Amino acid sequence: MFPIEEYHQASNVADAIQALSKDATARILAGGTDVLVRLHGGNSDYGRVVDINDLDELREIRMDEKGNITIGALACCSDIIENELVQKHLPMVAESLATIGGPQVRNCATMGGNICNGAVSADSACAALVYEFDLVVEGVGGQRIESINGFHTGPGRTILKQGDILTSFLVRPENYTGFSACYRKYAMRGAMDIATIGCGVALQMAGEKITTMKLAFTVAAPTPIRCRNAEQVMVGEVFSEENLEIMADELEKDVAPRTSWRASKEFRLHIIKTLAKKEIRRAVKSQGVAQ
Amino acid sequence: MKSMNVKFSINAKSYEMDVDVRKSLMDVLRELGYTSVKQGCGVGECGACTVLVNGTPLDSCLYLAVWAANKEIRTVEGECKDGKLTAVQDAYVEEGAVQCGFCTPGLIMSSTAFLEKNTVEDLSSEEIRKAHAGNLCRCTGYQTIVNAVKTAAKK
Repeated sequence: MFPIEEYHQASNVADAIQALSKDATARILAGGTDVLVRLHGGNSDYGRVVDINDLDELREIRMDEKGNITIGALACCSDIIENELVQKHLPMVAESLATIGGPQVRNCATMGGNICNGAVSADSACAALVYEFDLVVEGVGGQRIESINGFHTGPGRTILKQGDILTSFLVRPENYTGFSACYRKYAMRGAMDIATIGCGVALQMAGEKITTMKLAFTVAAPTPIRCRNAEQVMVGEVFSEENLEIMADELEKDVAPRTSWRASKEFRLHIIKTLAKKEIRRAVKSQGVAQ
Repeated sequence: MKSMNVKFSINAKSYEMDVDVRKSLMDVLRELGYTSVKQGCGVGECGACTVLVNGTPLDSCLYLAVWAANKEIRTVEGECKDGKLTAVQDAYVEEGAVQCGFCTPGLIMSSTAFLEKNTVEDLSSEEIRKAHAGNLCRCTGYQTIVNAVKTAAKK
């Protein structure tokens, strides 16, 4: 039995916000694959929960007439992976969610949880960063939109305040149209593992020249990050192996990997540079095919 | 602690009961006698507690029992009908895909859901391994399990 001290099953978003704002230590319970694991381990920080599982309106995935794609915060990984809109327009979202846990976990875990949990290793974070997700947040003061850039403030921390609830992700057409995007997770095992390093890239080309490039990493710093210095090396230039080498050196300014039991700082830096080069080559290749 | 009145079906049998919100679906299933549902890790890593909820495999140890309200649950107890094993169960027997047996009920449910969704006869080992990545076999008898899924797909 989970050591739940206080349980509130929210009947709608407003009810969830009210329950969260009147209890300073209440936590949101979504797919349960993080919160219930912590409760199982006896972590009393998660003893008071506001369960949002009944809010089916937060599971919707849709596109409006302008091409804005909305992914409900409570949509589970499997539903997102199998969604036709996602497969067609945001393939890297599907690619990265498919690396989370195993099938059973993906059938419950939500992308909202993956992002709001604030994990440095969140597999969907690279996709969120390169597709520049906007986060639709409802709180006591009403609805607001937050950018994924700056959303994560530290390990396990985000800008969300008590009483806030992420309701959906919004992806704008200018951030996915014409991009080739890919993700690679480096981990010890092919499934049921946490990333040692995760690398995502999205780029656009005009002929041989890279016109836009977005490069993101997980586990390379205290939060998931974009690599602006490395991006600048490639943008506006003709793709070349020489440039890739300069980009890899420049990456050292963007990242701050650390040593943990999973891998040393030096090994992580090696993986960061290797994955960046591999994924940029892969994205360039698929952009070439698309042209 | 709070209890909630929930209705669900287990292997097509209807239940209505008050459920303590702190209980996992695994807890409730085992209390009701569905002891094929095993607790291995308790944190969603081993898959020994895998059951189908509306046809979807999930770890019942990481699923609150109250979430199962108005849903159809399937455990391995309900698969064998009138003394007749399913194609998946038959294939596990045929291929000798059972060693200590602790992981078997969960694996059978994962294989069952996988084959209900993927109806092609020729499945690659890679596809099968990916679909069963959430189930650990501590006896490491994976090859025979992959063989069993391939055999079941042809039945």
